[in-house]
Amino acid sequence: MTQILLDPTAELGAADREPLAKPKSIEGLTIGLLDISKARGDVFLDRIDAQMQQRGMKTLRFKKPTFTRPAPTELLQEIAQQCDVIVEGLAD
Amino acid sequence: MNLPDGLVAVVKRDCPTCLLVEPVLQSIEQAGTALTVYTQDDPSFPAVNGCIDDTSLEKSFHLSIETVPTLIRVNGGREQQRIIGWERDEWAEFTGIESLGADLPPYRPGCGSKSVEPNIAEALAIKYGGFTPVARPVEVPELEDDVEYCFERGWSDGLPVVPPTQERVYRMLAGCVQSADYVVGSVPPNLVPLTVEKIAINALMAGCKPEYMPVVIAAVEAALDPAFCLHGLLATTWHSGPMLVVNGPIREAIGMNWRGNALGQGNRANSTIGRALQLIVRNVGGGHPQFADQSTFGHPGKLGFCFAEDESTPWEALGAERGVEEGRSSVTIFSADGVQGVVDQSAREPDGLIYSIAGSLRAVNHVDIANASDAVIVVGPEHGRVFDQAGWTKAQATAALHEQLQVPAQDLGMGTDEDAAGLQIKSGGLLPKFRDGGLQLVRAGGDAGLFSAIIPGWLMKGPLGTNPVTKEIHQ
Repeated sequence: MTQILLDPTAELGAADREPLAKPKSIEGLTIGLLDISKARGDVFLDRIDAQMQQRGMKTLRFKKPTFTRPAPTELLQEIAQQCDVIVEGLAD
Repeated sequence: MNLPDGLVAVVKRDCPTCLLVEPVLQSIEQAGTALTVYTQDDPSFPAVNGCIDDTSLEKSFHLSIETVPTLIRVNGGREQQRIIGWERDEWAEFTGIESLGADLPPYRPGCGSKSVEPNIAEALAIKYGGFTPVARPVEVPELEDDVEYCFERGWSDGLPVVPPTQERVYRMLAGCVQSADYVVGSVPPNLVPLTVEKIAINALMAGCKPEYMPVVIAAVEAALDPAFCLHGLLATTWHSGPMLVVNGPIREAIGMNWRGNALGQGNRANSTIGRALQLIVRNVGGGHPQFADQSTFGHPGKLGFCFAEDESTPWEALGAERGVEEGRSSVTIFSADGVQGVVDQSAREPDGLIYSIAGSLRAVNHVDIANASDAVIVVGPEHGRVFDQAGWTKAQATAALHEQLQVPAQDLGMGTDEDAAGLQIKSGGLLPKFRDGGLQLVRAGGDAGLFSAIIPGWLMKGPLGTNPVTKEIHQ
């Protein structure tokens, strides 16, 4: 069952968590490409990677051990330290 | 609520008195009296025709049932009278059936209604409209941990908070006399109107019990008094935060600590009341470190700094000294840095002790600065005894400290106040290290240790800065 909490704040922000602001441009940013270990995710990401590199963009590749569980903390920290944005291959 | 005319009984099988009166209820029904029985735990009990399932406890809640069995006389859909428990004569008179329960013991007390059991009472109040929170409901996504969610929303000071569920907040509100929508004031830096409900939410998150609420509310009132200058204290680069000193009977009532480690960890009330105030500043006021809170260092007491005064000494208690009536409880707020210890294990007379404490106070802020921070001096029991045995009052000790703290102007290399202190430094003579009223003595601490503790405050004080504020605690 979903739990309801009462907002302790001045309620000036949104009730839901807001996602991080999207960058206005990805020029000069390091782009992470995360394979979550779903079938053929690597095919999709290989293609994206090739296109981005053609345009002179810096990419880094990451892979989750399994799509069935959240990413290990070490992997999340590695991505957060090295990348400005992340592209994730979510489905088959 | 519209009730069926005749007699209405509320019972539960789990109550021996209700079991005892089952044949009585049957007799009432057999006598031709219209009888409706609401049963709280087992719809097959009691064996009467007019038995209605109230396992949802809705009827019990609306009827404000506290004890079962309760017997109510209803006329025209409205309650006329009620009796509780089993008392043979009373039931006979109430029902008009003289021989009622002749074979039963004359008296048995009832049991607690299920509708007032802990957790159930809160849930019923929320479900059936006794409590409608004004605060926005926020959904914790499924599969997420509620404590982690609070961290992630930025609602925490860095330590875990108690997740503010509606049931818990409802319980907190029962701890104070003010209504949930009462606005105590506006919290800086964003000057957001602060309701008692928001206080309850944040006090709960800090770990307070409902009975701490009156202290938290008084602490907030003190903090929001313009004389305290909470906005400036929050925004300053200096490391002070608010500190609360509690006086009066509430100290014992809620189990506060004024003995060993009074300024430290380990006592729930001490630890959570100060934290509640700081969470309110953070969550309602929007005062976050490195944003509106520009403190260079901060200090551990900014998580929450609160203790009670030892009132078993001959000295006048802080609350009384600041005008609070005898027998009343109060909270006094100061700006406060960390604690600087004063050790003197040799002075056996007040003069020697004053010399030691005054000498240590010279170092507050900087040894070459005068007229900057105020300071609270917490006098420990063993130092306190030196004053008490010599018959020194708090006023005498305070005056003696001020006298010892007249500093030759030529010794002062720095002024924080160019117009006053700076000019006087140039002109020579004596300057007070602390302003009049800038030294506050308080008694607390453990039995062993010939120590006192100096707690300086914010550099800015007086009309342009902070001042201690005392508020009475209303219960």
